[in-house]
Amino acid sequence: MIIPSDLKYTENDEWIKIEGDTGTVGITDYAQDQLSDVVFVEIFAEPDETLGAGDACAAVESVKAAADVYLPAGGTIIEINEDLLETPELVNSDPYGEAWMVKIALSDASQLDALLDAAAYEKHCEERSA
Amino acid sequence: MAEHLMCELSVPGRRGFQFPDSDVPEVKLPEGMLRDDLPLPEMAEIDVVRYFTRLSQLNHSVDTGFYPLGSCTMKYNPKINEEAARIPGFANLHPLQPVETTQGALAMMYHLQQWLSEIGGYQATSLQPAAGAHGELTGVLIIRAYHRSRGDTKRNKILVPDSAHGTNPATSAMSGLEVVELRSDDRGNVDIEALREHCNDTLAGLMLTNPNTLGLFDENVEQVTGMVHEAGGLIYGDGANMNALLGILRPGDIGIDVLHYNLHKTFSTPHGGGGPGSGPVSVTEELADFLPDPVVGIIDEGDESNNIPPLYGFITPPKTIGRMKAFQGHFGMIVRAFTYIRMHGPDGLRKVSEYAVLNANYLLALLRDHYHVPFDRICMHEFVAEGRWEDAPEIHALDVAKRLMDFDFHPPTNYFPLIVHESLMIEPTETESKETLDAFARTMIRIAEEARSEPEILKTAPHKTPFGRLDEVKAAKELVLCCVPQFAR
Amino acid sequence: MFTPHTKDDLEAMLETIGVASIDDLFKCLPAEHKYHQLDLPPALTEMEVLTELRDIAWANDTAQELVSFLGAGAYNHYTPAVVDSILRRGEFYTAYTPYQPEISQGTLQAIFEYQSLIAGLTGMDVCNASHYDGATAVAEAVNMAYHNFRGKRPKVVLSPAVHPHYRQTVRTYTQDSDIILSGDQGEVDLKAGPEALVPLIDETTGLVVVAYPDFFGRIYDFTALAEAVHEAGALLAVSVNPMALGILKTPGEMGADIVTGEGQSLGIPLSYGGPYLGLFATRQKYVRKMAGRLAGETVDNRGQRAYVLTLTAREQHIRRDRATSNICTNQGLLALAATVYLSLLGKHGLRQVSTLCYQKAHYAADQINKLPGFELWSGQFFFNEFLVKCPQPAHEISDHLMEHNLLAGYPVGKDYPGMENYLLIAVTEMNTKEDIDWLVSGLEEVTNG
Repeated sequence: MIIPSDLKYTENDEWIKIEGDTGTVGITDYAQDQLSDVVFVEIFAEPDETLGAGDACAAVESVKAAADVYLPAGGTIIEINEDLLETPELVNSDPYGEAWMVKIALSDASQLDALLDAAAYEKHCEERSA
Repeated sequence: MAEHLMCELSVPGRRGFQFPDSDVPEVKLPEGMLRDDLPLPEMAEIDVVRYFTRLSQLNHSVDTGFYPLGSCTMKYNPKINEEAARIPGFANLHPLQPVETTQGALAMMYHLQQWLSEIGGYQATSLQPAAGAHGELTGVLIIRAYHRSRGDTKRNKILVPDSAHGTNPATSAMSGLEVVELRSDDRGNVDIEALREHCNDTLAGLMLTNPNTLGLFDENVEQVTGMVHEAGGLIYGDGANMNALLGILRPGDIGIDVLHYNLHKTFSTPHGGGGPGSGPVSVTEELADFLPDPVVGIIDEGDESNNIPPLYGFITPPKTIGRMKAFQGHFGMIVRAFTYIRMHGPDGLRKVSEYAVLNANYLLALLRDHYHVPFDRICMHEFVAEGRWEDAPEIHALDVAKRLMDFDFHPPTNYFPLIVHESLMIEPTETESKETLDAFARTMIRIAEEARSEPEILKTAPHKTPFGRLDEVKAAKELVLCCVPQFAR
Repeated sequence: MFTPHTKDDLEAMLETIGVASIDDLFKCLPAEHKYHQLDLPPALTEMEVLTELRDIAWANDTAQELVSFLGAGAYNHYTPAVVDSILRRGEFYTAYTPYQPEISQGTLQAIFEYQSLIAGLTGMDVCNASHYDGATAVAEAVNMAYHNFRGKRPKVVLSPAVHPHYRQTVRTYTQDSDIILSGDQGEVDLKAGPEALVPLIDETTGLVVVAYPDFFGRIYDFTALAEAVHEAGALLAVSVNPMALGILKTPGEMGADIVTGEGQSLGIPLSYGGPYLGLFATRQKYVRKMAGRLAGETVDNRGQRAYVLTLTAREQHIRRDRATSNICTNQGLLALAATVYLSLLGKHGLRQVSTLCYQKAHYAADQINKLPGFELWSGQFFFNEFLVKCPQPAHEISDHLMEHNLLAGYPVGKDYPGMENYLLIAVTEMNTKEDIDWLVSGLEEVTNG
């Protein structure tokens, strides 16, 4: 299970990469493994839209499951990854790289404190697999 | 072998059916409002008959073999039911005919309402809902309407056990209630402590399936219903598992306020490849006024002394939640269920449940040493086993299911309940013989052995069926959902 | 009698289980409530039950014994013999939902064909495996539009000429939600065409619903309405009687986003109101928002073309409380009936029967319009049903003609207050010229005092 140490995580299997005031959001390796072959990704957040922490920004669908993706922290949408519409399988092959979903301008950096670090997220995954 | 589609079989100029010529003066069709092409096939009658007959032969069905799909109650569908529904005096009735011309049909509906009430332990029944999920929505709307009528607007939470069928939470969410999942304890019952946490004035109700989807009768059911009632909530019962309780126990007697039945499960109306179903709803006296519009009632008492029978008609319940669909319900299924109940009587119905439970426990006894059964108690009409073994780590329930098809058995349900990993939910029903159960058990045991000795044969199964495993990812990604263009010429 | 067990079977099975009697299997049930003796009539054998059923049926007069002009959402059409002969194949009607595709290709390929035929008939891109009926299909369209706009456009504009039962069903489904229904509470003149709905459409509108033909049989070109709806950012749903689509322009061509309908006129018996067939079709871009089952094409591991239920991740058994609809069954066997009907009739047959309905209805309307005191209300553009203003209350007329074994039509007064003198008359290929002439003379006689 790949869990990059420089990211922060939610219990709902989203990751966020912080670069200054910008956050990039996607779903984790654990999530894509649980879903198995992803067939469709819908990003319904739009550029310039402001959403809060916990708001749904996208939906991911595989043959056996469908899941909503929630923002780990609130902010204004800067960019959405349109490639995922054509090649949803990127979520399986490169969940932390090419399968990023949205980039946001963070509205409140203190919200990041509530998130899990890599070690805590790893523990969370282990507890669920038991 | 795959069959060609009609768009491939169609031949220009072929014709399958002819109506009589028009006997009225011709009128011009409305210009500007006409379609150009009509993309339908051109096939002779023999082509159509052969096509659909050959397609049918690709199906497994109850009429061809054992179908132990848990929670679906795939019992034998009596042929007399089909005769009954097709009697012209039933099949050709228009729903809006004056009631004086349909007294037979109305009497039949009235009696079925009463019989279903009696079977469940209730005072009133609606036959309108079209299917189980539709009945569930009806029940949840009734619960909401009841609380609203008492000015109790805080109650917006509905509890749904984690073992519940997917329609339960979906229905609740559809009606705007907040769904709270309730965990089961280690014996498969509703966890009392988890329930206690939610017994307050925000509780609209609890959706309960009893016996539950594990095939287990909740050992604390009266305590559970008591707690919910004390907190001011109501209990909705999912009657999908009534096949275990006919003549044995009535949900109305143990505190369930609203119950839906699945006529296409318990009362033998056929599954039809996915429908139609029928989901009548029964309620306690207190909730009778909220039933959907219309129910069948007696609109004129008649006069026995003068040989004037009562007049049946439609009544709008005073606080009705409204109409759940057009017209009055799936009358075609009502006729079949009526016929079934008439042929069984009270003793026959009890026997149905006794033997449904007997058959399930018999299979459980034969299989428990070969398949892990997580909740090992006497089961009701179905039980859940795990399709996995520690010493066969690559094998999943799916592989067991696919291998079963090589032996002409339809696999048990294997996508729920979610609380058992790799679940195989097995419901034999009462219409299967000991020979069939023995053969099924032998096959299941053989498959358990193959899982360890030659797992490959399971992983690549089925081998003997007309089709092998399908590429579901390709279907979802490419999304080819029709073949329209071919007919447009 | 459907349980095959012998006494020996029972003994052997109890022994294997390890209990002494069947009663032991019910030990954990509450003793004080067990085995309540059900107050039901005693069992009958098959012979006896058939006699009883025939007696009950005898107390009914059917649309085929009577001469019937009753429509209003359910129509007396001819069902070819082939349809029932296919439906009675046990492999079709005793099969379950095709969750195991390897042994259900019959059902799956038939669903795929159904989807193709209905999509083509309605002029839309995709069609699902059906809803319960025309009314619940409209309710699902309302649901779909609401979720499409994520709750930001809660208003639905409903034409008052959509079937009263359908509008009532939508009200039932939306009673606890924030969806606002308008258009059928007197805001719009019933006689006006669809343009009358345009002033009600605003930026909070998610869906506009019209019917084709409408409840009064009238047909309109909704192209201009579709443009207005789209300009306002909303969706247009058209509820159809598919029989009309044998000759008429499709809602797809007019710009509909969703087409729903009642498929009963496609080879499904009247059966006192059900089971019927809810049609639901939409544009490709909304396919993931559509509830209900879908059969998709794929291949198996032997290279054969095959069909499988797809996009199931949207459905209740996976999404559970996040599903947008709770629908579990479709009307499987009725969808098959419609597929066989459309296949057998084909291009030529459906056009023929649709034309017959149109011609006969227009003949009837012309003749009735000539009667003193009667006036055709539906105008000249109608399919096979029309509303007639009568010189006296419509239910009096229909009650009187009932005594002569004639079902004259549907008095609309109970659904449309103030219109007690109006009668809705439907004509199909089952009505001969003699039937129609008899109706006309019956109407004349009744009103001449």
